[in-house]
Amino acid sequence: MSDTTRLIIVAVGGQGNLLASSVLGEAALLSGVPFRMSEIHGMAQRGGVVESAMVFGKAESSIISDGEADLLVGFEPVETLRALNKCNPETVVITNLTPLPPFTVAIGKGVYPPIETILGLIRGKVRKLITLDATALAREAGNILAVNMVLLGALAQSGILPLNVETIRKAIGAKTKPAFLEANLKAFDLGVRAAA
Amino acid sequence: MHKLLKDDPGAQMVLLGNEAIARGAIEAGVAVATTYPGTPSSEISLNFFQMSQECDLYFEYSTNEKVALEVAAATANCGVRSMCMMKHVGLNVAADALMTLAYVGVKGGLVVLTADDPFMFSSQNEQDNRYYGKLAGLPVLEPSSVEEAKDMVGKAFDLSEALQEPVLFRTTTRINHSTAPVTLGPIAPRKTKGYFQKNPMSYVTVPAVSRTLHVKLLKNLDKALELSETSPFNFVTGKGKWGIVCNGVSYGYVMDALKDLGIGDRVQVLRIGFSNPLPEKKITAFLQSCDKVLVAEEGEPFLEEGVRSIAQGAGLTLPIRGKAPELFSRLYEFDPGMVRKVIAGYFGIDYAPKAKLALTDIPPLPQRPPNLCAGCSHRATFYEVKQAAEGKDVVYPTDIGCYTLGFLPPLGMGDFLICMGGSTSTSCGFSKASDQKVVSFIGDSTFFHSGIPGLVNAVFNNHNFTLVILDNGITAMTGHQPNPGVDMSLFNLGGYGRISIAEVVKALGVQHVSVIKPYKVRKSIEAIREALDFKGVSVVIAEEMCALFAKSVKKAKGKPFMVGDKCKNHRDCVNLLGCPAFYIENDRVKIDSAICVGCAVCAQICPENAIVPMKS
Repeated sequence: MSDTTRLIIVAVGGQGNLLASSVLGEAALLSGVPFRMSEIHGMAQRGGVVESAMVFGKAESSIISDGEADLLVGFEPVETLRALNKCNPETVVITNLTPLPPFTVAIGKGVYPPIETILGLIRGKVRKLITLDATALAREAGNILAVNMVLLGALAQSGILPLNVETIRKAIGAKTKPAFLEANLKAFDLGVRAAA
Repeated sequence: MHKLLKDDPGAQMVLLGNEAIARGAIEAGVAVATTYPGTPSSEISLNFFQMSQECDLYFEYSTNEKVALEVAAATANCGVRSMCMMKHVGLNVAADALMTLAYVGVKGGLVVLTADDPFMFSSQNEQDNRYYGKLAGLPVLEPSSVEEAKDMVGKAFDLSEALQEPVLFRTTTRINHSTAPVTLGPIAPRKTKGYFQKNPMSYVTVPAVSRTLHVKLLKNLDKALELSETSPFNFVTGKGKWGIVCNGVSYGYVMDALKDLGIGDRVQVLRIGFSNPLPEKKITAFLQSCDKVLVAEEGEPFLEEGVRSIAQGAGLTLPIRGKAPELFSRLYEFDPGMVRKVIAGYFGIDYAPKAKLALTDIPPLPQRPPNLCAGCSHRATFYEVKQAAEGKDVVYPTDIGCYTLGFLPPLGMGDFLICMGGSTSTSCGFSKASDQKVVSFIGDSTFFHSGIPGLVNAVFNNHNFTLVILDNGITAMTGHQPNPGVDMSLFNLGGYGRISIAEVVKALGVQHVSVIKPYKVRKSIEAIREALDFKGVSVVIAEEMCALFAKSVKKAKGKPFMVGDKCKNHRDCVNLLGCPAFYIENDRVKIDSAICVGCAVCAQICPENAIVPMKS
């Protein structure tokens, strides 16, 4: 299984998970790296969880089984923790630190665990945990919606994907509306720096 | 230009499975495409809809799948290549047309796409539609990957024309919603006009005609069997005495498993892509070369039963297994790890799966169920119906659409749901067999799809219930597709009619019809209360544009609201409405101004009038 890299991205609907994975797909195409990905649509606009699975390298499958992700990127801390079943002791996890409490918390049907608890639980189980406040960095870049670009930067910097920073930058150019391009690239660069 | 219309053979493009399927049809010269939207098939139609505005492709969102198939049946019988797309349960609606269309056949290629949904990511059941091919006597094609799906669509049109029969193109969610690089092929010219050659003795299915047509269908099925025997979609790879038969996405999982387990040299794989009729000779030859066979297929044991039956016919007694408690399940989706484990177990291969993490110390995490959007008018209507019905014992049949989510807390509005249009007809039954009050819900698109016949039934048989039609001006659940009640000028498109739901309901003879604006809470509750008091069939039409659609067509939205100082923390807003714009900070209710659309419904129910518009 060494010639394939498996990436899971989890996010809350509206955080830009699908755009992030489509940027990675474009970057893979530009780099000549075979890949397949799979998404679950439908609930994206209704506050649910959106998960993308990307398999880079020589594989026929487009989904990732429990315990088989090499890399997990979570756009929201509790969702990162929830997706830990996809990981194994060798997995690298990247997570945003800003919580988006589910509505169930507001109506008292659940408790949002403290961030430190969440990070502690993840850190002890996987090879490496990279954390960053992607929401703050997106704001700094001038587009609060660019959380996905910040996390793409951290992902590129991790060096685990068979894609380099420059190619992903190029792919952002191809997939981003011109009005957002500058802020998106800045957000990406801030993500690269934060994960360095 | 639409990206799928680019005439750039050899170019590579990253496409969603559904885009690849639409592109494959364009390359094959499809000239007519019809559908009723349904996930996981929706994006195929969206792309056809967009492309039809730039070229001479004819596309329509039909009122339901049966209508869509009937439209395509006619165009295909004029000799024009046609395609009809639907989700798996949509084929149940179209089944009546399909069964007899198989007798009549087609002239131009007709591909009927059914998008099955193992694991029910967005569906009410996980039926396996390969059986429809068998039931109708029609060929079934099943791709294993996004790339193959694109090419297979074109071959499906050729096959349809070779057999003069519709071809069932069966996908699953993991084809429709997977993405991969695809190499474009040339685009064949579209033939948009044909000619209907009359021949009532072939086309008018009175019993005397159908008796001869059934004979013809069986002959076509024999021809289909010959084509299946030689089809490149049914192929064998690898060598060895162990055999695996598989289809669809399972093929990819099997190939990955053989590589991971290092047993590629001991296993032969028979991939079945042309799965009805099954290639008997090819399967017999495969079985003869194996000691032991495993069938890997999601869903029902369609292949397994076929393969066993073929083995029996050939007098072969080797072990053939598939579905079993220790092997594959008839439930849900497969995944690569699970397929690898079953293969290893069945053939006795040692293998250690990757160490999984011990997760027992993870505390219960707050659930994140899908929710009606901030400012969704359905939430307001549900709240108002609840208020109007207070003190009454009410059954709430509901229907298929966003509003189905109203069954979740805190609204809890939805007691019974089986299929599209079922709310109106089941209400007839509930009101007859119980003394409870019945109030049912249906969306605008679903009303046109199949809600009308139930309402006709209710009026004729003098049933007693209130139907609330949730008219948000668009088919929202599947991604804002038009329906016959939609104002198409919102899309800047001319040439469409528009049907008033109120006029339809009145014309059906409903004696008590009221129209409410759900954002006006007090007036709406009064109107609903009157409707509930009416003996007989009453209809309330709740008209307010889908909040997301309003945003996308740039309809002015209201100013966001905020919780002011007068708030005494009763939390009626949170506990009764459950709008996702609310959140709790330091034990106080706050409104996220980025999400709030300013519908002002919460402001109207706050006992302290503490919720006020934000000052800009």
